Amino acid sequence: MTAQYDKTPVLQTKNLVKRYGSVTAIDHADFELYPGEILAVIGDNGAGKSSLIKALSGALIPDEGEILLDGKPVNFSSPMEARALGIETVYQNLAVSPALNIADNLFLGRELRKPGILGSVFRMLDKKEMERRAKDKMTELGLMTIQNISQAVESLSGGQRQGVAVARSALFGSKVVIMDEPTAALGVKESRRVLNLIKEVRDRGLPIILISHNMPHVFEVADRIHIHRLGKRAAIVTPQSHTMSDAVAIMTGAMEVGESEEEAA
Amino acid sequence: MSSTNTKPSTATLDHDKVADQASTYVAKFERHETPLQRFKKFLHHYPIAAPLIVLLLAVISFSVIVGDRFLHPFNLSLVLQQVTIIGVIGVAQTLIILTAGIDLSVGAIMVLTSVVMGRMAVNHGIDPSLSILIGIGVGALAGLINGLLITRLKIPPFIATLGSWNVFFALNLWYSKSETIRSQDISNIAPLLQWTGQTIDFFGARLTYGSLLMLGIFFLIWYALNWTAWGRHVYATGDDPEAAKLAGIRTTRILMSVYVLAGVVCAIGAWVLIGRIGSVSPQAGTMTNLDSITAVVIGGCSLFGGRGSIYGTLIGALVVGVFRNGLALAGVDVLWQEFTVGILIISAVGIDQWIRRGTA
Repeated sequence: MTAQYDKTPVLQTKNLVKRYGSVTAIDHADFELYPGEILAVIGDNGAGKSSLIKALSGALIPDEGEILLDGKPVNFSSPMEARALGIETVYQNLAVSPALNIADNLFLGRELRKPGILGSVFRMLDKKEMERRAKDKMTELGLMTIQNISQAVESLSGGQRQGVAVARSALFGSKVVIMDEPTAALGVKESRRVLNLIKEVRDRGLPIILISHNMPHVFEVADRIHIHRLGKRAAIVTPQSHTMSDAVAIMTGAMEVGESEEEAA
Repeated sequence: MSSTNTKPSTATLDHDKVADQASTYVAKFERHETPLQRFKKFLHHYPIAAPLIVLLLAVISFSVIVGDRFLHPFNLSLVLQQVTIIGVIGVAQTLIILTAGIDLSVGAIMVLTSVVMGRMAVNHGIDPSLSILIGIGVGALAGLINGLLITRLKIPPFIATLGSWNVFFALNLWYSKSETIRSQDISNIAPLLQWTGQTIDFFGARLTYGSLLMLGIFFLIWYALNWTAWGRHVYATGDDPEAAKLAGIRTTRILMSVYVLAGVVCAIGAWVLIGRIGSVSPQAGTMTNLDSITAVVIGGCSLFGGRGSIYGTLIGALVVGVFRNGLALAGVDVLWQEFTVGILIISAVGIDQWIRRGTA
């Protein structure tokens, strides 16, 4: 699936503002994520990209402006509400429980219960069904090098754990997956697998917001790059239109980008 | 823009090719496993094995040292009766330790609620079954207080329950006026309170209803921990509370439910205690606190939370019971029983640390 820029953005912000006392973390920021794309969000430390992402994932309530999901205004007051609307976040620390197994982790907080009286009265978990769906998802994403779905997550490598977290977001995310520094803690080969996984998720139709400091990774997988600076979008570039040095220059303010160029992207 | 630069994407592709040709053996190590390492691995995979081996060794040693008296069905049922209270309170303690907490007030909650049950029924003439329910309510309230101290005031469980232990124990002395309710009075007015001490014959062994109640509680909590979402959330909360929260688990609620449930289980333990000793004494069960922690730790639960099983605690309680009974039958002084239990705790945690090192 290729990105469709002529359609309504899946997720969009208009004039978003968030202030902490005298500090303006988000300063009238615009943002668009289109169907079927990987949009990288880059920015220097303190540029306000985490605040923007938190607003998109429901972890922060903006002071002004609006967030639109499929063109309709939405208000999240918690990450749970964003999740309920199909926005999944893969956190940098992964939010997996090491002692629990893969299937338990995929369904953590969203467990399936057995049908009938066993589920409704005795609250019995449908372990078989959860394991089956977990196995299907892991296979679909090419992650079934992990031999056993009932092995504890602590026995997995860093990349495999990332795989579990990504599979969880792909299992439940119906609209958007937000990934925060997915390759930050990984080695060369493991990063490669995770990048392929990100493309795999995109190719299955889920648009992705990728937050990363790693320029080669960003330029490899991103369809478009949203450069955040001083609380708002400084530019949108593509890996074809700009180089990594350009992106860093825009990020740090060494290069200015006009609106016309932004349109060209 | 400057199109003269090399495209970054091609640069990463080159870098990729290199990575693809890289040796795939980087993470492989020569494995020379000694039998000891294999044993360690086995214990890591089956955490229940260590306490089971200790239990079996203890039973074999005592039957050799003490002889037939130890293995006699009557004595074994006595062990089970002695284990019943530690077992029930151990269930409460397991729930809390799984959340990476600890409850020093379990013994005090048990004694306090036994006094409430006894005085309600005997001194205030309230229906015995209602008295038991009131006792359970008081247990739940005590657990609720612990839970609020820990989740709302953010007091570490060790300190919160150290405080509430003293408070509950003082309330117990105040409410009981430091008086024991005699067994005779209970059996005249409220025999239901002693029901848990009644025995049924089971192939020459005498099982109490209290022991059966204990097994029932073990089964219920085992089910809840392993077959319900709540149980998974208890493990996740103890394992990594931040991750659990991000995964959408309301960890505060889970902690509250665990402390309240532990209070309820302690109150049921109080009923078992009355059946065991017949009377209601404000000084009973003083060792229960530490014995319950001992049972949980020997049973293989990690004090860091998230790891362990409820049946481990049952085996841990049996280990404690077998050692106390066996040493007593062998004519060993009580102080050496305490000494042995101390050694058992230290060994259990030591073995646990050893298993965990380098096998992950």
